Amino acid sequence: MTQWSGYLGLILQGALVTIELTLMGSVLALIMAFLAGMGRLSRFFVLRALATTYIEFFRGTSIFVQLFWVYFVLPLAGISLTPLQAGVLALGLNVGAYAAEVVRGAIQSVGREQYEACIALNLGRWQGMRHVILPQALLVMLPTFGNNAIELLKATSVVSLISLADLTFQAQVVRSQTGNTLMPFTAILIIYFVLALIISWGVRSLERRMARGLDGVRV
Amino acid sequence: MEWDWNFVREILPTLIQGVKITILATLLGSVLAAIVGLAIALARRSPNRALSRSVGFLAEFIRGTPLLVQLYFIFYVLPDFGILLPPLVAGVIGLGLHYGTYTAEVYRAGIDNVPRGQWEAAKACNLSAGQTWTHIIIPQAIPPMIPALANYFIAMFKETPLLSAITVLELMNQAKSVANTYYRYIEPMTLVGAFFLVISLFSVVLLRWLEHRYGKIER
Repeated sequence: MTQWSGYLGLILQGALVTIELTLMGSVLALIMAFLAGMGRLSRFFVLRALATTYIEFFRGTSIFVQLFWVYFVLPLAGISLTPLQAGVLALGLNVGAYAAEVVRGAIQSVGREQYEACIALNLGRWQGMRHVILPQALLVMLPTFGNNAIELLKATSVVSLISLADLTFQAQVVRSQTGNTLMPFTAILIIYFVLALIISWGVRSLERRMARGLDGVRV
Repeated sequence: MEWDWNFVREILPTLIQGVKITILATLLGSVLAAIVGLAIALARRSPNRALSRSVGFLAEFIRGTPLLVQLYFIFYVLPDFGILLPPLVAGVIGLGLHYGTYTAEVYRAGIDNVPRGQWEAAKACNLSAGQTWTHIIIPQAIPPMIPALANYFIAMFKETPLLSAITVLELMNQAKSVANTYYRYIEPMTLVGAFFLVISLFSVVLLRWLEHRYGKIER
């Protein structure tokens, strides 16, 4: 049994890398989601076209293909990235494209009368967005953002294929060193599932907290 | 590094070999996902608490863990129990199981959307449970599901490059082997990306049409 503790340490190290990737990827995805989601609702044709192109491009191919492209083709154009940078970039841009559609849908789901009320109160476009529209739209976005974060967590396993030492990579290391397949793969499946559960609990409690200030507003 | 059209012409036949396997895996995976999804959806509706709970948990578990790890599990762990699968079969089972848990939700929503009156009318006409399902519920539940099911099949198609990790010689794996032989990544990787992008742009048109044709629920 003593030898397993060493391998367990290896897998926990991998878990840290996976968590790190998930967090950094989520931050990038969130930024891209708001940029592209609001871009699609912009008054300016150029911004709308840019946002639509970004979204269709990154939703059209899988994360795996994008990751390989970022990791193997970009260096030829002089942009050399470490595996971690390539992973965060590909994960964030890919999931950001899916989340952008969530942002757009949520903003559009806020009722017309809210926009009219903003105009009636003489709020500027940005003021109305910041104080009236977004607080209501965020609540609509949250559950789907939770699902997107879980998709991102699952997608992080792909970075093991560009030699980044995440959970899946470490499981492969343990497999090749011990010859045992059942233990490492079962262990990481459970860890992934627990991480996914933590994300969905976190999002649910965040949702409850954010809904608190909005009593009396129909959601 | 410059884009080389002669090289593209040289590697195209190899890549087309891969495309065939990619399409084959998608078709087989879709059939399996459709069947697995229906089985999960029906099991979750079963009056047997133990069955519906355990199938529900299993589906949740599969949906919360990465497809790549599940593929590794099927390909590397099952042989320990004497189940030795060829790579393509393992890949199709992985895709079918993973996306089956998603299509199960589509079936669930579709079945729930059949109005209560239809169940009551079937009972009033003295139809047995089997007759109710095959003649009343399923024919009404399936058409509105078609766009959502197609959406998941397209998502599955985009995920097939993951099969390259378990040595299936599909498009991504052919591109990787070509790239490693000639030390040229830019053409094969870009072609793979372009291929998936073009197909998924076409599939957006197909989805719109399906939604127009089947999406409306008649009441």
